[in-house]
Amino acid sequence: MTASIRIRPAGDSGLVVEFEERIDPAVSARVLDLDRALAEAPPLGVLETLPTYRSLLVRFDPLVADPAALEAELMRRAAASRADAKQGRLWRIPVAYGGHYGEDLDHVAREKGLTSAEIVKLHAGKFYHVYMIGFVPGFTYLGGLDERLHISRRIDPRLKVPAGTISIGGQQAAVQSIEAPSGWHLLGRTPVRVFDMRRDPPFLIQPGERVAFTPIDAGSFERLSGHAQRGEIVAEVEP
Amino acid sequence: MSALIVLAAGPLSTLQDSGRWGYLRNGVPPAGAMDMIALVAANLLVGNAPTEAAIEFTLVGDGYELDADSARVAVVGEAAISLNGAAIAPWRSITLKRGDRLQIGALKRGARGYLAVAGGFAITPQLGSRSTHTRSGLGGGALTTSMRMPLNRARIDAGRDVALDPAQLPYLSGPIRIVLGPQDDRFTADGIAAFLSSEYTVTTDADRMGYRLDGPEIAHRDGFDTISDSIMTGSIQVPGTRKPIVLMVDRQTTGGYPKIATTTTASLPSLAQLRPGDRLRFTAVSVAVARELLAAQVAQLRALAAQLTPVLRDPRELSSDFLLSTNLIAGVVGPHD
Repeated sequence: MTASIRIRPAGDSGLVVEFEERIDPAVSARVLDLDRALAEAPPLGVLETLPTYRSLLVRFDPLVADPAALEAELMRRAAASRADAKQGRLWRIPVAYGGHYGEDLDHVAREKGLTSAEIVKLHAGKFYHVYMIGFVPGFTYLGGLDERLHISRRIDPRLKVPAGTISIGGQQAAVQSIEAPSGWHLLGRTPVRVFDMRRDPPFLIQPGERVAFTPIDAGSFERLSGHAQRGEIVAEVEP
Repeated sequence: MSALIVLAAGPLSTLQDSGRWGYLRNGVPPAGAMDMIALVAANLLVGNAPTEAAIEFTLVGDGYELDADSARVAVVGEAAISLNGAAIAPWRSITLKRGDRLQIGALKRGARGYLAVAGGFAITPQLGSRSTHTRSGLGGGALTTSMRMPLNRARIDAGRDVALDPAQLPYLSGPIRIVLGPQDDRFTADGIAAFLSSEYTVTTDADRMGYRLDGPEIAHRDGFDTISDSIMTGSIQVPGTRKPIVLMVDRQTTGGYPKIATTTTASLPSLAQLRPGDRLRFTAVSVAVARELLAAQVAQLRALAAQLTPVLRDPRELSSDFLLSTNLIAGVVGPHD
C-alpha cells in the first residue's frame, strides 16, 4: 500500500510521511507502526519523530543525513507499515463531570437535546484511541468520540483552562495536561496529571494507547487530587 | 553562591540554550535561543561550549550586579551598555569584579541580544535543557528584578578580554530562504505566487511563539481546515485570515492550519532579529541549497573562534592616572615634547 503515501519536506531538517488525510484508527496504526520501526532501527542522522493523526514527522540533522537517501528509506519502510498492531495499554481516567469541574456540560446537553447524565454516559461509555500528544507538553488528543457528541468548537476560546480538564471539540476528545487556552467544550476534570515534572518520565500516556473515563463524585475528586498533588498516578492502567 | 543579581529586568529576558529537543512526540516545544548565531558568538567570547545557556533579552536588556569575586561575561547585540556608569562596547567579553554593575540598554537594531557568562549559569536542566518555555513552566521563567542568577564556578584565564567583529557573523542577508511545503498543495498557484513575490511586514503580534505577518493575502485551495499535524520551527502557516504566521521556537508542536512553507535553518537567525514594523520577502530554495547554506554558515561560525581579537584596554584602565602610569602613551607623549 504505497499509493496514498506521500513524503513532503518540512524545511531542510524534516520530512513528513503522510498517510491518508482522515482521522481513522487504521491510519494512526500505520503511522505508529512506522514510528516503532524507526525507533528500533533509526536511519543515519534521524534525531526524533513526531507521530500525529495522519503523518509522521521525521526530524534529522541536515549535515549528517542525506535527505534523498532518507526519503527513499522512509518510503520503503512506510510502504511496509501495517495497521494490525496490537492495541496499547488502557488508561482508566477518573473524571468529575459538570458543575465547576465541567462548565460546559449543561450547555452541550442543551445543544444536543439530551440530559447532562446522558452526555456523561455517552462520553464515559467509549474506549478512546490516543492519536497524538501535541499542542503543549502531555496534551492528549483522543479519537473515538460518540457521534452524538460531535460538536463545533466554541466561538470564543477560553484563555485559561486548568490542567486535568476533560474536553470535546469537533469529533475529538482531550485530556488537558497543563493550564492552557482552549476553544473546546469542558465536560469535566480529572485529578490525573498526564504531565508532571516530578515523575520520571514526566509523561503518562503515549500515542497508540487507549483511554476510558470513569465518572467520580466531588469527594473522590478531592481525595484523588490530594494524592496526585503528591506526585502519585491516580489512573488505573490495564495491559 | 556566586550570582549575577538582576537589578532591573528588561521586558522579556530568559535563559536559553540550543533547545529542549527529543520531546516533540510528548508535546514539548523546543524553545531555545531564537538566534543561534548570536548565542554561539556570545559563548565563544567567554570560552564556553557554543550552546551553553545564556540570557536572551528582547529589545531591551537588563541591569546586573556581580555577587562573586570575578566573572567574565559577554554581550552580543547592538545594545547601549554601561559598566559602572561608563559606556562600553558590546561584541566583547568583559571581566567583572565584585560589585560591578553592568547595564544593558536598548538594542539599536535587531530584536534579540545575549549575555553569556564564562562557566555558564548553575541552573539544573529539565528534560536535558536549561531553556525557558514560559507557557509550559519548563525552565526558570522570565528574569525578574532582584532575582539571583547563580553562576557555575569558572576558572577565568588571565588573558585579556576578547572582541569580535559583528560583520563576520554569518547572517544571511536578503530574502528569507524557505523550502515550499509540506502543504503547499493546499494553496492556489496565485496564492503561492503572492507569497513569493510580495513584501510582508512583521506585526506587533510577534514573539518567541511566532510572527504574524501583514501583506498580500495567500489564497487556499479547498479551505483552510486540516487535520492537526506536526509543526517545525520556521513553519509558515496560513490560517483563515490568509496572512502568514511564521512559527518560532516556543510554538506549539502540532497545529491545524495548512503550512505553505518552512524557513531554512540558515535563515532562522535573520528572522529572529526582525522586530515589529520590519519588512521581509521570501524566496524558495531547494532542500539541497538549504543544506549548502547551512553548511557554509556552520563553517563560518566554527572559524569565528580564530577571529576573536584581544581587547586592548579595560574601561577601568582609561583613567588618566592609569594612562600616565603605563607606557601605553609613552610613544605619544614623550619626555622630549
